[in-house]
Amino acid sequence: MPLDPNFLRYPMLRKGMDHDLYPAANMFEQPKVSWPDGKSVALMVTVAVEFFPLTPNDGPFRAAGHMATPFPDFRTFTARDYGNRIAIYRIMDALAAANIPATAFVSSALIDRTPKLVQDIQSTGWEIAAHGEDMNNIHYGDMPLDVEQRQIEACLSAWSDYGVTPKGWMSPGRGQSEDTLSLLKRAGIEWTADWGNDDMPYAMNDGPVAMPYTDEMEDRKCITILGQNEEVWSQQVIGAADLLAKEAQSHGGRILHLALTPYIIGQPFRIKFLRDLLTELAGRDDLWCATASEIYTTWQEQMA
Amino acid sequence: MKDPKIYGHWPYRDRPKVTWPGDKKLAFWVAPNIEYYELHPPKNPHRSPWARPNPDIVGYAYRDHGNRVGNWRLIEAMEKYNIPGTVSLSVAMCDHFPEMIDTVNDLGWEFFSHGVYNTRYAYGMDRAQERQMLQYTIDRIKAQTGQQTRGYLAPALTHTIHTIELLAELGFTYSCDLFQDDQPQPLNVPGNPLVSMPYSLEVNDHYAFNVFGMSPQQYTDILKRQFDTLLEEGGTSGTVMCIPIHAYLVGRSHRISPFEEILRYADEHKDDIWITRAGDIADHYLANHYDDARTHIAQFGGSDAA
Repeated sequence: MPLDPNFLRYPMLRKGMDHDLYPAANMFEQPKVSWPDGKSVALMVTVAVEFFPLTPNDGPFRAAGHMATPFPDFRTFTARDYGNRIAIYRIMDALAAANIPATAFVSSALIDRTPKLVQDIQSTGWEIAAHGEDMNNIHYGDMPLDVEQRQIEACLSAWSDYGVTPKGWMSPGRGQSEDTLSLLKRAGIEWTADWGNDDMPYAMNDGPVAMPYTDEMEDRKCITILGQNEEVWSQQVIGAADLLAKEAQSHGGRILHLALTPYIIGQPFRIKFLRDLLTELAGRDDLWCATASEIYTTWQEQMA
Repeated sequence: MKDPKIYGHWPYRDRPKVTWPGDKKLAFWVAPNIEYYELHPPKNPHRSPWARPNPDIVGYAYRDHGNRVGNWRLIEAMEKYNIPGTVSLSVAMCDHFPEMIDTVNDLGWEFFSHGVYNTRYAYGMDRAQERQMLQYTIDRIKAQTGQQTRGYLAPALTHTIHTIELLAELGFTYSCDLFQDDQPQPLNVPGNPLVSMPYSLEVNDHYAFNVFGMSPQQYTDILKRQFDTLLEEGGTSGTVMCIPIHAYLVGRSHRISPFEEILRYADEHKDDIWITRAGDIADHYLANHYDDARTHIAQFGGSDAA
């Protein structure tokens, strides 16, 4: 019994991408961007500030970090909570000591659950970007359009009621449906971090701008998935900083994205490496440390 | 079936001496995988292309990074050390990114067939379907680059029981699908002479980074040790070293500079090694060593049970 003949038909075989979400591109052929004060590399630190409900969503997948053992998974639930009460403050202090701002992807459910945390994030000068209501509210292919619209609306109106208008969005689990990009654009979102396919921003055909999200250097990817220790993780980030500064000499401003997960890098035995890494980066005079929206706006203005 | 009997047992001792052109002991080749993974592939009954329902944008974007960013860093690094690539090509790239294929072709790199898309598997294909797919890849590479492709590596390493025999039938000279040796080996299939060409899983950047979680420096360290051992053994009978890589892995900003170190290391040894392309290795081997190898292997018989 051979395969269905459709397996040997290629309906999307054509020049460019096999979809209409964004055009094919070569990052090295894009117009050069200049960062303020002639800096080579924009350092974009992002921090995940997430609420994982004890009862996880049924499917079709769970966002990374979610409950892992049968209900009630107290161990995972409380370990995530550690991130939002202990680890996050170590990270805030480390970033403040290095005078480096961050962009926080915050579950809107935390507005009511951990109000002081959300206030502290604001008063430390971090940007708040939308990250859904909580980590159950994933976006995935073929999800009903009205469900998706309600999810986005519920999250953004919670922020609006709180007095924050996020410019950026990262879906819980970074998944999208076929409609997410256009729904986000219509909701007023200007950039999204769900797409990890470039080291520089790029425009979608009908959606917010895709800001770079370097998942290969996330603390979560390196430490919990690749099993590297925090020292190796931080050495890779320095290597990237060196390479991007070199690339910037010929190709214009580059972005170094550093994704931090509090319950991972904020552990007592790991925080030293974050502190040392930030000290090293802060000491480089070719780095512009900025929030995602500051970088996005600077890039956007020069692309017009 | 216990054994596909694609090749004979061949102990790594007292083999006929293989020498590479210029009396070199090690044939060194680098295999960049230039691939296309579909956003909405049909789901093969035997294996699912993505972890999440379509569109799996995390997985898709992870690969797409190679074609937007990583390939260009990799091309620059290889050109810097005069190392021509032998590209494992998803031939759909000839349609999706023709300028990239033309650029690589102009550099003198070789292309071999890696199927059409890396999301289309051979599992479940009957002989006629697989033959049709293979012939399409030969024709598409020829039309785009002028090259008559001679090598194959199954997309996502998905094979059928007919794959190797089809390669010989269609005029391929080497298969990268078999990992049993550090030298080419004649294969037991009817038709044109076909050899296995050492490729690699163990020093493949996918294994190094995603399976073993290596740091970029650790990957370079193992590549140097691989090189040193195979060069030394090559004095007894010429060996082949392949570095299979993927731009979406090694072309990352934290990995490309450490990876350049092995390219520099190979370049520093260029008087001792043959820095070359897989098709050239196959041609030299078929012309000079294939018959002696067949004769030598025949004595090792082994159990005939299929």
